[in-house]
Amino acid sequence: MCGIAGLIHKDKSVNIGTELQSMLQALKHRGPDSTGYALYGDTDGQNFIMRFIVGENVGEGSSSINEETTIYDERKKLVDKHLADLGATIIKEERLTPYSLRYEIKYDKDLMAFSKKIESVPMVEILSIGKSLELVKDIGDAKEVYDRYDLSKIKGTHAIGHARMATESGVDIKSAHPFWGYPFSDVAVVHNGQLTNYWNNRRALENKGMRFMSECDSELIAVYLAEKMRNGATLAEGMKDSLTGLDGVFTYFVATKDCLGMAKDTMAAKPLVLYESDNLIAMGSEEIAIRAILPQEIDTYDPFDGEVKVWQI
Amino acid sequence: MANLKDSSKKSKSQSMGMHTELLKGRTQQRFFDSEEAENFYYFGNYDVDFNKRTELDVKNMEAPQANKKIDELMSEGYGTIVIQNPQGKHSLGVGILNKLNLIFEGSLGYFAVGSCDGPNVRITGRVGWSCAQNLMAGKVVIEKNAGSSFGAAIRGGDLICKGSVGARTGIDMKGGTIIVGGDAGAFTGFMMQRGRIIILGDVGINLGDSMYDGTIFIGGKIGSFGSDAIEAELTFVDKEWLKRKLKVAEIGENFDVNKIKKIVAGKKLWNYDNLEPTEKKGAI
Repeated sequence: MCGIAGLIHKDKSVNIGTELQSMLQALKHRGPDSTGYALYGDTDGQNFIMRFIVGENVGEGSSSINEETTIYDERKKLVDKHLADLGATIIKEERLTPYSLRYEIKYDKDLMAFSKKIESVPMVEILSIGKSLELVKDIGDAKEVYDRYDLSKIKGTHAIGHARMATESGVDIKSAHPFWGYPFSDVAVVHNGQLTNYWNNRRALENKGMRFMSECDSELIAVYLAEKMRNGATLAEGMKDSLTGLDGVFTYFVATKDCLGMAKDTMAAKPLVLYESDNLIAMGSEEIAIRAILPQEIDTYDPFDGEVKVWQI
Repeated sequence: MANLKDSSKKSKSQSMGMHTELLKGRTQQRFFDSEEAENFYYFGNYDVDFNKRTELDVKNMEAPQANKKIDELMSEGYGTIVIQNPQGKHSLGVGILNKLNLIFEGSLGYFAVGSCDGPNVRITGRVGWSCAQNLMAGKVVIEKNAGSSFGAAIRGGDLICKGSVGARTGIDMKGGTIIVGGDAGAFTGFMMQRGRIIILGDVGINLGDSMYDGTIFIGGKIGSFGSDAIEAELTFVDKEWLKRKLKVAEIGENFDVNKIKKIVAGKKLWNYDNLEPTEKKGAI
């Protein structure tokens, strides 16, 4: 069934990773398979932050992937070479797990060409590129992933996250949420629900040059919105269009460098509870997610069917 | 059972001796003595005193633990129990088959006060999905908003939300009354079979979709009608009932009932005429 959570502080920067961890951990019963964070951290806005994986050790039985660390090292070297070929300069690099890396990069050219080049290395996937976005996802519950990636140190204004119960695709990192809105920097999506016109939309979008990295239906939302924005739509326009363009049941959140949005399908089949104040918007699949950061008595409500909302910092 | 008709056409199963009678329409009615329901009680319920009051802080309790504690307090004769710090927890106050004044100071999560028969509940905050599902009798008042599937499959009692509610309010309800002071989402009254819904605000799309029977009263705008839901004439009796009900519910007492639209089943899809015992009593 999956659990999603999101929050935006309009006038201050907080320990956004810690707050989102509390919200997602409260939703663990909705999805224990994997957890993902899209955190919008405070940066100087000069360089791109690229989070990427060079493989993954996941799964059990026939779907398991178990690779040697040496293979990761070889793939990393290829990525570094491609970066140099692209004219990108690595300012800082961190290796958070054997297969997951974070680079700060100086780069000022086309992101789509950049992404295609980097992802031409087998098993390499860019989780996110942005000047604020830090996208982290892995197997495990919210606390485990938070600790593994040391998210306590990330301060920022807004974030979205996902606790996944795998129903439509495998338990692995590439199928975990959030999904990056390739090729746009700083765009991420989380989704609770099922999309029934995934393949029709996917074929059409791939014909337009958009890329899919998984077979998870939720990835469609990120790609769908990215394609709309590529053609000049605003975030809110793309989201409103998705209410008819996407078929199925869904509540999803999308975040950009300075916005947070939510959309709910016309059947209102997936839950969402929303808290709005002058300074803070917090929302989640269940009220207990909001209560994890706001234990005091508050007024909350369920957005109606077909509702789209976008908030700005 | 009266007026049962033999089938003139034999189906295969009938020819095999699997049917001896055909139930049809109102011939299924059973008429209850009103005292039968009044005197009904569940095995193991408690003799409580409404003037005996206590408070229970559930901040550090899981729902089963809190519900068990409520049961223990009723067994000790407490007739008024105030629950503090519910903090959006799920499944609180469920399965109470007893007369009881139950007050929640705060908000509840999913399945709040589900499967109850008899308690008088007041929730000062908000409730999540499926509040009071399968309510048999009693009164549940929510001071703020409610989530989707509000009053799913209730069979009796009064369920009142002073704020707005989500989608599928009264889905599959078989009796009782749901009253909402604010707006309601899509598919209000979806597949409802009996009972009444009053929404004083606006409602979303597909109102009363596939409803078998029952009545929906809408005070505001209607997004769209669902399949087989039609508007009917608001009668003098309806207006008087609405005035009385809104007054008793402490909600919209001054609302102009002449503005209310009445929605019923067109009965092109189904005709389901069996009455619930509580409806035969005519209790309001």
